[in-house]
Amino acid sequence: MSAAARAFLIWLLAMLAGAVVVWNSHFSADMSFFLPGRPSAAQQVLVDQLKEGVVTRLLMVAIEGGDAAQRAVVSRQLHGRLEKLPEFVSVQNGQAGSLDADRDFLFRHRYLLSPAVKPERFSVDGLRASIANSVDLLASPAGMMIKPLLPRDPTGEMIELLSALNAGAQPNVREGVWASRDGERAMLLIQSAALGSDTDAQEQAIATIRSQFADSTRETGFSDARIVISGPGLFAVKSRETIKSEVSKLSTISTLAIIAVLFFVYRSARLLTLGLLPVASGALAGIVAVSLAYGTVFGITVGFGSALIGEAVDYSIYYFVQSGRLGAAEWRARFWPTIRLGVLTSICGFAALLFSGFPGLAQLGLYSLSGVLTAALVTRFILPALAGNDHPVRDLSHLAAPLKEGIRTLQHLRWPVILLTIAATTVLVIDRHQLWHPNLSALSTVSAEDGAIDMALRADIGAPDSRYMAVITAPDREAALQAAERVGQQLDTLVVQGVIGGYDSPARFLPSQAMQAARRASLPAGDELAARLQLAQADSPLAANKLGAFLDEVAKAKEQGGITRESLNGTGLALAVDSLLMQRPDSWSVLLPLRPPAGDKNAEIRIQPVRTALAGSDALLIDMKSEFDRLYNDYLDEATLLSLAGFAAIVALLAVTLRSARRLGAVLLPLLLAVILIIAGVHLSGEQLHLMHLIGMLLIVAVGSNYALFFDRAGDEHRLDPPTLASMAIANLTTAIGFGTLALSSVPVLHAVGITVGPGAVLALLLSACFSERQGD
Amino acid sequence: MIKRLLGCLFLLILALPAAAAFDVGQLMSDLAKNKGGKARFTEKKYISLLDKPVVSSGEMSYTAPDRLEKRTLVPKVETLLLDKDMLSIEREKQKLSINLANQPEALAFVDSIRGTLSGNRAALEKNYALHLSGNADKWVLTLLPSDQKISTLVLRITVSGSKGLVRSIEYLQADGDRSVLNMEPIELK
Repeated sequence: MSAAARAFLIWLLAMLAGAVVVWNSHFSADMSFFLPGRPSAAQQVLVDQLKEGVVTRLLMVAIEGGDAAQRAVVSRQLHGRLEKLPEFVSVQNGQAGSLDADRDFLFRHRYLLSPAVKPERFSVDGLRASIANSVDLLASPAGMMIKPLLPRDPTGEMIELLSALNAGAQPNVREGVWASRDGERAMLLIQSAALGSDTDAQEQAIATIRSQFADSTRETGFSDARIVISGPGLFAVKSRETIKSEVSKLSTISTLAIIAVLFFVYRSARLLTLGLLPVASGALAGIVAVSLAYGTVFGITVGFGSALIGEAVDYSIYYFVQSGRLGAAEWRARFWPTIRLGVLTSICGFAALLFSGFPGLAQLGLYSLSGVLTAALVTRFILPALAGNDHPVRDLSHLAAPLKEGIRTLQHLRWPVILLTIAATTVLVIDRHQLWHPNLSALSTVSAEDGAIDMALRADIGAPDSRYMAVITAPDREAALQAAERVGQQLDTLVVQGVIGGYDSPARFLPSQAMQAARRASLPAGDELAARLQLAQADSPLAANKLGAFLDEVAKAKEQGGITRESLNGTGLALAVDSLLMQRPDSWSVLLPLRPPAGDKNAEIRIQPVRTALAGSDALLIDMKSEFDRLYNDYLDEATLLSLAGFAAIVALLAVTLRSARRLGAVLLPLLLAVILIIAGVHLSGEQLHLMHLIGMLLIVAVGSNYALFFDRAGDEHRLDPPTLASMAIANLTTAIGFGTLALSSVPVLHAVGITVGPGAVLALLLSACFSERQGD
Repeated sequence: MIKRLLGCLFLLILALPAAAAFDVGQLMSDLAKNKGGKARFTEKKYISLLDKPVVSSGEMSYTAPDRLEKRTLVPKVETLLLDKDMLSIEREKQKLSINLANQPEALAFVDSIRGTLSGNRAALEKNYALHLSGNADKWVLTLLPSDQKISTLVLRITVSGSKGLVRSIEYLQADGDRSVLNMEPIELK
């Protein structure tokens, strides 16, 4: 077997194995791209909430068009249809009767649920005070509501329960169903059975809502009704669509553009195919490496392929163009060391990302690193054997003259370039506080328009945003509920002080068994209660003999079984408890969402008093927004550190290889100038910089160094021969196309890298030419 | 005989303009002239379950056409504020706000008092049939709910007063319980 055949066979086997791995890979386009790989305890809550939290399962629906009565009919119709489907655990539209089951449950179990149930409350004085209070309440406008309950609940336990529940703003109601604040839309709040992180199921759920809506409008004959849906599930589905369509769109654009360039250069289908071989191998190897290392391949990572193609194709361009007259062996001796050094600097850049705690970034690093390395190795070891010595590349020496002319012109521009860079630096220093986007939303794929729709619907329906939470972890359910009750007492104090507006707790509907037992024990026996009631009501307008129903109810409550999670089934309270009390693999965790005080304009809680109050308790206080901000800042700090480390590694590599401070300086100077000019350019174009721009800066150095090194080599030999010059120009063009295509992306992660590295690579080449040694012909 | 007949006719002619002068329209325009003021109120609720009525008292103030504040001082401090369609009740540490546009029955109930105070005949006739008796100095306006939903809450509302001032409002509820609200204007200095 010839060397060529053997090489081809090995390559083919490797490719087949890779294809099998890719075929079996799991691809994902969800939030986990952004979620920390090594979360702290607080971040873990964040991650859990984003993956499984109830809030991520909420979908908000608005019905528009027609008049309020028509919308209400469709709202009821849609409610009725969706409620029957197993995909939805809760469908609410505010219609009458929907809360009856909950109210019945609360009333039936009021003596086990009311926090006011204590032995003192059923003493003679306690009864007198609480019943007098209820009678006073009759004088109030609210009295009409409590009057029917009074004979059965004279101590007012139901009022106690309901007043703790008043969950702030309720949505507007028109024609008996929820409406937006302006009354022009009917609103529904839907909770899917599927987790927010299950994008397929979310997509299915949204499609079901849309089709049921279409059927509802058909049935009610209200044809000009429109539906608007928003919520985390919709965002997940939309960003997956965006990423999917962009991955294929961007890859197609960059592949076609690069093929066009290559065809112009090679004018040979065979060379074109051979030239793409290292690229295809690299792209495949990238996905294989990520799939094997992480198990899941993010869509955005694959989207980065467009850039990889642009860079990986450089090596075969160098080979074909440069080895044309020299032959493979001579090429290896003269050019390969320079190319190898370029590959190594690129790898240094990408490898720095591997250490990131931001999983998306680490994947991009691994993907690019394996891709570039594979492409280079295939070019070096497989391509020459396959191509043989017969690969006449069209003579490109006619390009040399204008290129050299261009270089000479550039060399006259050194001072203007330096002045421009000084100006750019000044701009960056002056604007240093406005350069950076402050939070993680900079990386979010959600469009501004979708974000605005979501804000509007959320405000209309008063959907919870659960920014603040106290989190408790306990070994079992009973311990978790007891801890929730203890923390609840501390939170009650904060409510009284006005620090927080209120809070939710699973123990409100499912008290711990200990608490239930204590409350039951507070209820006196029948005769005893009757005797005390006689004494208590002696002077009251509400005579004891009219309260027989009360005695019966208390006796029944003493007999009645306790509340278990199962007894909540069939009420909306089950959902409330499940969303706040969760079983983990080896523990239980409780969430106590805190509400800001009513009337606080920014809906913010002064966090310090809450932290102080909860110090020493079992609860961990979490502010989701600041947790997100901290997460992003951690990422940003880490990315800064990694970029610097990557840069240091590149400098060290070049220093060791070049062994000359002057040469090192000559290679690095144009790269640094390119970085400064590009960043200033991006800033002045009105874009706020974020983490990925920072990574882009590192990649300008890592990728741009490839071109700077050829000038260094040329300086070494005191000449730059026409094929080398042409190959550099063409390779630079393909790289710029590859990365530049990403700049078209609406996915911020890809766009930022594209907008920095695409122009950055070109600028690196131009500036390297500008500062290259003047040379004779 | 003819003389007597003529006399009757004469009396009738005299009486007619007087009767025509005081009708619902006249009352409404009298009421509408009242741009607001303060009053002390006493409210008695007669509830069958209780051996004696529940009495509460405090101050009310009204600013035409749609702001009404009722501050109960006895037995418990409580503030009820009706501003356009927002009804808020503050009692002890609790505050409750209700948008009446969401509660058509409650709105109809509130409109009975607000419509009377502001002399808004259209608002009253939307939900009630009006019957007026007495004269401008001492009139009694009876509101009978025309809507089934409202009559399950209240059977009859009787408002009495003199000129443009409302003196008392009585609500007779469907279960036979009733409440009487008496108001005594506080002279503004």
